[in-house]
Parts: sequence; structure tokens; C-alpha cells
Amino acid sequence: MATGDLALGQEQGAISVRERVANDFSINVATVNGSGSQSANSVLLKSIFGMGVPVSGKNLFPSNIAGLPTWYTIRASKEGYVARTRDAEVLVALNPDTAREDALALPTGGVAIYEEKLNLKQYREDVVFYPVPFDAITAAICPEAKLRKLVKNMVYVGVVAQLLRIDLGVVESGLRNQFAKKVKVFELNFGAVKAGFDYAAEKFTKQDPFVIERMNRTAGKIIIDGNAAAGMGAVFAGVTVVAWYPITPSTSVVEATADLLKKFRVTPEGKATFAVVQAEDELAAIGMVLGAGWAGARSMTATSGPGISLMTEFSGLGYYAEIPGVIFDVQRTGPSTGMPTRTSQADLLSVAFLSHGDTKHIVLLPGSVKECFELGYAAFDLAERLQTPVFVLSDLDLGMNNWMSDPFDYPSTPLDRGKVLTAEDLDRLGGFARYRDVDGDGIGWRTLPGTLHPKAAYFTRGSGHNDAAGYTEKPDEYVAVMDRLARKFENARKLVPGPVTVRDGSSKIGFLAYGSTDFALRESLDQIEKEYGQDVDYMRIRAYPFAHEIHDFVASHERVYVVEQDRDAQLASLLKLDLPADQVTKLRSILHYNGLPLDARTVTEEFATKEGL
Amino acid sequence: MGTATANATPTPKVNHIGLPILEYRGGKTTLCAGCGHNAISERIVEAMFEMGVQPERVMKMSGIGCSSKSPAYFMNRSHAFNSVHGRMASVSTGAILANHTMTTLGVSGDGDTASIGMGQFVHLMRRNLPMIYIIEDNGVYGLTKGQFSATADIGSKLKTGVINDLPAIDTCALAIQLGATFVGRSFSGDKKQLLSMLKAAIAHKGTVMLDVISPCVTFNDHEGSTKSYKFMQENDEPINEIGFVASFDEIDVDYGSGQVYEVEMHDGSNLRLRKLREDYDPTDKANAVRTLMESHNNYEILTGVFYIDTQKPTFIDLLNVVDEPLATLPEALTRPPKQALDALMANLQ
Repeated sequence: MATGDLALGQEQGAISVRERVANDFSINVATVNGSGSQSANSVLLKSIFGMGVPVSGKNLFPSNIAGLPTWYTIRASKEGYVARTRDAEVLVALNPDTAREDALALPTGGVAIYEEKLNLKQYREDVVFYPVPFDAITAAICPEAKLRKLVKNMVYVGVVAQLLRIDLGVVESGLRNQFAKKVKVFELNFGAVKAGFDYAAEKFTKQDPFVIERMNRTAGKIIIDGNAAAGMGAVFAGVTVVAWYPITPSTSVVEATADLLKKFRVTPEGKATFAVVQAEDELAAIGMVLGAGWAGARSMTATSGPGISLMTEFSGLGYYAEIPGVIFDVQRTGPSTGMPTRTSQADLLSVAFLSHGDTKHIVLLPGSVKECFELGYAAFDLAERLQTPVFVLSDLDLGMNNWMSDPFDYPSTPLDRGKVLTAEDLDRLGGFARYRDVDGDGIGWRTLPGTLHPKAAYFTRGSGHNDAAGYTEKPDEYVAVMDRLARKFENARKLVPGPVTVRDGSSKIGFLAYGSTDFALRESLDQIEKEYGQDVDYMRIRAYPFAHEIHDFVASHERVYVVEQDRDAQLASLLKLDLPADQVTKLRSILHYNGLPLDARTVTEEFATKEGL
Repeated sequence: MGTATANATPTPKVNHIGLPILEYRGGKTTLCAGCGHNAISERIVEAMFEMGVQPERVMKMSGIGCSSKSPAYFMNRSHAFNSVHGRMASVSTGAILANHTMTTLGVSGDGDTASIGMGQFVHLMRRNLPMIYIIEDNGVYGLTKGQFSATADIGSKLKTGVINDLPAIDTCALAIQLGATFVGRSFSGDKKQLLSMLKAAIAHKGTVMLDVISPCVTFNDHEGSTKSYKFMQENDEPINEIGFVASFDEIDVDYGSGQVYEVEMHDGSNLRLRKLREDYDPTDKANAVRTLMESHNNYEILTGVFYIDTQKPTFIDLLNVVDEPLATLPEALTRPPKQALDALMANLQ
């Protein structure tokens, strides 16, 4: 096979004469879980990034350690769109188990680069095929048999680079970066890339239109996943006690946090100024967070749905006893175990009201990796300012996938440690009442254990208490504390991160969304404008309780579409509880909850249907 | 501080940090009159007073239940955290991580520990977290009006006539196996032994687990109960008698005749155990567990300190943290500088 097979009939327009498709397509790499394709995927992603082309990568993986199919999709977009697309035009088929299905899923005019032995040609006539003898190429350059499985992945990077016209020098520098000081590892891997690159150059005539062309849209940008960004946020908030229990997809939040703490928080004498504890379960993790927060340390945990369920009782204690702590919830699908490696936004309602009784929580909603960092550190200030647990709701798509971003900015304000009285303050005041609203903002003053003053101590309890922290069963005293807590929560509307007005025209139609929905929604709103000539407004929500601007946004539109990634319209429901009765009927929902990241087309189609366009 | 005044009222006795015992008192108890838990609170007050612990340097922790209410009844000058049922262990862990310079005393119950709190209890023991963990053990749920707990002895009978047909969990044997480094059992009515044990506990560095049999006067102090005063008086068999001498205390107590086992505590004070049995060695872990197991077979309740290890590193040692409390480290030590973020960003480009 000297050339890629041109399968598309001339009468339909041969691919070779079609217009070039530059920097606007997706690549789907189908492999087997545990085969070590991650670094190859990452090198390919960074090579496109290195060509100056906006790029995003998504790992669609099974809940399994090794052996089940996994797909990695890379989207290059000259427009800067980073959401998932329904179709990937270029397939790299390395998994025999899914190869047929993967090939059948290609759009007409797509490309299949595949292991020769899989003989995918038999399934389609409207796709360009590039069969590659991966094993033979790998064997020739890698004498050590046990390394071949890993090295084989790099061969595909070389083939793809050649076919997409990616500069080999860019791949080389990306690879050098990846393996840093491990020269031998670099040489072996680059040898594999080059073998693939040369093989494709020699054997294939390009028959497809897809190319990566140099642009200048990634200069100064970084690539990072949301969990690493959140961990970084925690570290730059001065987090000191971390207690956690491993759970997909949140584990890497703590791994990132712990790595950075080891890097930045060890004294010259080798002593740690932090503590990271792998707890026995999520109940213990949140218990440790609250114990540490009570004693004055900035503390956090990270978890996902099942862990959130286990943290329920303690979350109510944190709310009622008014103890700071930060809980990162990287959402995955439920109910119950659900699909642990698939994304979702279906924890919103349960987190907002987590625990029995009249409990409600501050919930921050980052919509980008940069906000995972920024809201990550803001959460600690808010938790101590408001003396309450603060939840940061990310999701698997945002948390575990790689995103392009502007570099993160160093926090511009010092840490806000909230209202804490010292022994000197107590000397001056002569005493204090822990839960008394002396400032009119619903927030009392607290003391920390170890404050050397006879009047410093108070009794923290989850049972009924009065404003002096004494046990009570008196109706008036109970109500006074509950009403103050409600005032504090109301006050939080002004303190939490406000919404972002993304599109602000004079449209009668508005959109509301939060979190990772933003990526697809921005693209969809462009589609709606281009394809239907419909200009719409869009406000992205960044926290609960909802800021007043969100009420104003709903009030100033006739219809408001709430787009979210759950079945039960949880964001819309939460808004309905908050909005005046006459505004509630304006809301309508666009929902997506199959576990895959939201794509723009789904929103556009749903909107068009609902609007009768 | 007790200051000398011109009038005739005698200056109250003060401890070596100059505080009268009054400064160690708590609020008025709301537990039943005669409840063993109140006697334990009194011994805690005495032990803290005698050891000269600054009340502000103490954290009182608890879960939920009758026992867990008791921190309100001693040491009002200490911060207290009455948490949720069965979760005293994790809250204490977090608090100690935040400030390991404090003396931490937790009061739990048999339900709070051996049933709902078992998961966290075993992990706290395993970590050898530096704190005193007291189980006020009456074998019964008081606040819900008298159900059996998991430490109720097999064959014991409720007021309602229900017989417990499951074996009791021996929290001491468990604690020893799991890694606690000071494990003992006492009886709320044995003032001398309990006070000595508590004073030793205050000086110990590591997890102290004290199971204190504390009869429930309302729901578990009747004929047929194995945790009643009467039963304990008849069946309590001390394996050793403890006297504790703090290093700052000038008085040298003479314990009379009998063998003396001396253990040097971390703060330089000495714990002296008088062996009532020739063969008992509290540093022998396997023997400690075996002794407890044998006592079950003999329907005996052993009291005394079963196990001590003064060498094992605590959880705080293992974490290798700075000497200062982590909670109050200044921002300069907790938030990395701008250059740190800039370097991370450069690496990601």
C-alpha cells in the first residue's frame, strides 16, 4: 500500500480536491486502558499547542485499571472553541476491541489511522485509510521487548504529525519538555516518533484535507487540568491541613495539593508546616477538616458524589456550629456509584442543602481552570470570613481534562482570616459571646483553642445553643440563632464571586449556566447567532447564594434558558426557590446528562426546537 | 491566682501554676444524680489541677451521648467541641493537627465508641494520636432510655428483661492491638486508681485509651446487669495499683510494700505501677491482650494499666511538623510567594 486509499467517489467530490481543513477538527485516539498512551496523547496535544493552535484534550476512560477501552479526543480549533464535538474527524485506532465501532463512527470524509492488522478498510468506503504496521515499526527501533508497548504509542504521534503537517521540531521540543532530564527516555521516545513520521512520509500520499497550520494563538498560555489548578489555588490560599479519602475524579486535587505543599511548605530544617492525612473514609475526612478549622487551621478535603453523601451530617454541624472548611466536590454521574469516570453537574442541589434541618451552604462554581485556581483560594477566605463550610463544585470534565488558559495571577489581597479575637482583644473587651451579632452582618467573633485568656473558651456544639454558645432548648434562643444564620447567608450574596456577563446585548432571550457547561455554551451561542441570526444574552453563575445581578438578569429578559448537565434541572430549581414568583415562569431548561461532556450542537438544536426556529 | 489578703479568709490551695481548683470546675451537671460520669468529671478536674495544666491549653472533645455531654461539667476555661455521634476521633484528629501543642482530652461513651464510632476509634488508636481518649462505659444507651451497647457483657439483662446474647467488645484489647500506647481500665467509683491513671495519662505522649466502667444509675444498675455498682464491687480485680508522681511535685509518695514497676514518662515524670501479680509486665503487648482475654473467660473485670509504650512515635512525630501550632503560622509561612506561582506558570507554558 503505497498510498492512503481514496475511497470517496469522484462524483461526490474527491477529498483531495476538497478545501483544506486547517486547525478545525478533532482527533480521537482509541486505545486500551493501562497501555500507557497518556504521555503520547499529551505530547500530541502539546505539539498542536506548540504550533500556536488552540487545543483541548479529553480523556474518556473506563472505571477500570487496565484492559478496557479508553478514548482520548484532541480538538484543534482556530476559533478557540474547547468543548467536546460530537464527531471526531481523525481516528487513531489502536484498540482491536473497538476498532470496528470506532471506524463506523467516523463522519464521511474522515480519516482512520490504524493498526494494519485490523483491516478497517472493509467497513467503510467514505473514509481515508492509512494502515500502519505499528508493531513492526516499533520492533525495529526498540530492541527491548517489554518497552515496546509504551513506545508504540509514540509511533502514532509521529504518523499523525506527518499526516497533519505538524512541525517535527515542535514535537521534539514538547517531548524534551515532557521527559525533562531523562535523556535516554527522550531518545527512545523521539526515535519512535521519528520512525512513525518517516514511515508516513515514505508510504503515504496525503489524501485527506486535515492539517495543522501555524498560528499565534497560544503564546503565553498554559495547559493544565482543573484539579491541578484547584490544588494550586488551595496552596496559594495557605492551606495547612488536608484530610481526604481517595475517590475518582477528585483524587488528583489532593495529589496536586500535596505535591506543592512538599515543594513550598518545608522549613530549612526539614519540618513540615502542613499536614496531609489520608483518612479512613469521607466521614473522617470532613471531621478532620472541621476539627482543624475549629482550631484555626485552613483545612480542606476533596471528594465526589458518594463522598459528599457521607459528609452530610458533618456538613450540618459545620453550618450550625459555624466552622470554616473547604470541600472540593469534583462531580461525577450518580445516583449511587453511577458512572464514576463520567462527568456531571448533578450534585448541586444536594450540596446546596447538604444535611438535615434548615441547612444551606456556600457553593462556588468555577467555570474554567483559571477559576478552579481563583475560586479555589477564594473559598478559604470566604470560609473563614463567613465561618462556615464552603463547597467548590467542579466536575470530571473540568477537573481531569487538560485546558488551555491564561496564566494564573497571584492573589492580590492578603489572606482574610475572618473574625478571630486574641487574648489582648479579650482584655480590652472583658469577654465575648461566640454567636452574638455585634457587627450586624450575622457573623460572630470566635476564639481559637490555646488563646491564653480566662474568658477565651467557649463550648462548640451541634446541639441547640444560644448566642453565648450555651446549651438551650428555649424557643426564642433557638430562633434567634437560626435567624442570624439566615441573615449571614443573605449577607453572603454580596461576598461570593459575582456572575460574569458573557454576552450582554438587548436580546429578549437570556441564558444562564455554570461550570464546564460554559465551554459548549459559548460555542453554541455563536452557532445560534450564525445559523439562526438570533442574538442572545448569557450570564455565567459563579456562586450560590445567587448574587442580586442574577435576579436582575432574569428580570430583564422574557425567556431565560438554564443550561446544565443533570436530569432534574437542579440549577433551574435552585433559581426558582430564589426568584420572585412572577419571574419563575421565565425559566426553561436545556439538559444534558449522558456522562459525556456537553457539546455545542446539542444546545443549539435543543434551543432551536424550543424556540421553533 | 490566689492573692494574699488582709482579712481572715484562708487563701485557697493553689497548684504549681498558681490556680485554685475552682478554676478547673465546669458547669452544673445535668446528668442523673449518682451517675458514674460525674465522678469521672471530678477526677478529671483533680488530675488537671494536680498536674498544673493551664486550662486554656486544654481541648475538650466529645461525640454524642450522656458521656459526651460531660465536658460541659468540667474545666470551663478550656475550649470544648461536642461534635456528632461517633465522630469525636476525626474531629480531635483535625484539631490536634491544627494545634499539637495542646493537651487534648476526649470523652466518649460505649455507644459513641464501640458501635457508631468504631471505624474512627480504631484508626485513631492506629495513628497513636497524642490525646487522652476516655470511654465512660456503662454498657447501655442512656439518652434513648436503655438499649444495650456493644460493650454490654454477654448474658447481662436489661431492666425490660431483655438478655444480651452477643459478646462484649473489649475496647482495651482492641486499643492495645491497634497501636494505642497507654491503655487502661478503671472504675468511676475507684477515686484513687482513676485519679492516678488520669495524671499519668496527662503526662503520656501518644494515645491514652482509658475505659472507665461507669454504671448507669437509671438504666443499668440493677440485678442482672454486669456494669452495676454492686457487680463491680464484687468482681473488680485490680491487676496493679498506680501511683503517679509529677516531676514538679516535691512530695514523694510511699506506696508501701510490694513490687514497683517504674516507667519514665515523656515529661520526665515517673509512673510507678505496683504489680499485684508477680508476672504482669505492662510493656508486653501480647501478654496484655492475653491477660484481657483470659479475664473474659474468668468473668473478671481487670482494672489497671494494661499496656504502656513510651517509645513509639506519635502521629505528630510521623508527620514531622514544626513545633509551633500549624493553625497560627503567619501568612509568610503558609502562602508561597509570587515567584513560586510564576515559576509554576512558566513550567506549564
